[in-house]
Amino acid sequence: MMEFLSQGGYAFYVWSCYGLGIVLITVEITALRRRQRTIVAQLGRLKRMREAEVSHEG
Amino acid sequence: MKFHWLHFSSPATFYGLAGRMIPWFFALALVTGVVALYWGFFQTPDQLGGSNPQKEYYRIIFVHVGSAWMSMWLYLVLAAWSAFGLVFNTRLSYMMAVSVAPTGALFTALALFTGSFWGKPSWGTWWDWDPRLTSELILFFLYIGYIALHSAIDDARRADRASALIAIVGLVCVPIIFWSINCPDPNQCAALHQRSSMGSIDGNILFAMLALTFSFWMYAFATSFMRVRSIILEREAGTTWVNEQLELEAKR
Repeated sequence: MMEFLSQGGYAFYVWSCYGLGIVLITVEITALRRRQRTIVAQLGRLKRMREAEVSHEG
Repeated sequence: MKFHWLHFSSPATFYGLAGRMIPWFFALALVTGVVALYWGFFQTPDQLGGSNPQKEYYRIIFVHVGSAWMSMWLYLVLAAWSAFGLVFNTRLSYMMAVSVAPTGALFTALALFTGSFWGKPSWGTWWDWDPRLTSELILFFLYIGYIALHSAIDDARRADRASALIAIVGLVCVPIIFWSINCPDPNQCAALHQRSSMGSIDGNILFAMLALTFSFWMYAFATSFMRVRSIILEREAGTTWVNEQLELEAKR
């Protein structure tokens, strides 16, 4: 196990590359999920506000 | 049965279709990614020891080649959707172009970073102005330029057209990256990437490389579909179908 992790002394180089890959992918997916949630919530709020206005007028 | 492609070019239809496809693309990306890494790390033992001068850092090659290929491929996709949008003036093409760009930039950054971390142990330097490194860096700036220009113009339709032009002009960079290793005169441009061909790569390494590239490709489908769904909602806000969609999502 330690032998695998040390990558023949090149652990820093090898794991930095795979580490950055995983970090970038995680950040992108998190950001995309947040963006979708935000826009759905925002549009939902707008819709409720508009419906409330209509019912007041009616 | 006649299949109506144009049916899917309507954002309302594509929103649902993309939503159903995202989990499948993520699943494919995960499975092929795990297979690729297992193969790359555990099924290529003959690369080390004996007369082979290869050191463990060759394992960077899988993520490096995969991300470099995707950086070029996604730029072609970005330019193709841009051209499609300019010619046919379809809204969804532009939205797809905008959705692909950030993922393309991500893979370009990853390719540059992993290339640097390959270069240090093998060539003894983090960076060199070799033709391929330089043109890949320009590709990164093209992605950033495309994204920046698009977000700088408030009117979405105008932003679409202006940035589509930039994307198409920048297309000239992709063949330069691709053929930059075949430098005609090594004294004129000392290329660190030597001439290579698929045939000269060990079969196990090639398999891991191709599998990880496929995994990245599926990942790019999944993330650009996620992004295009948000963009569709943002741009189609207030329409009847979006309101109906919101009711559906609120019930979940």
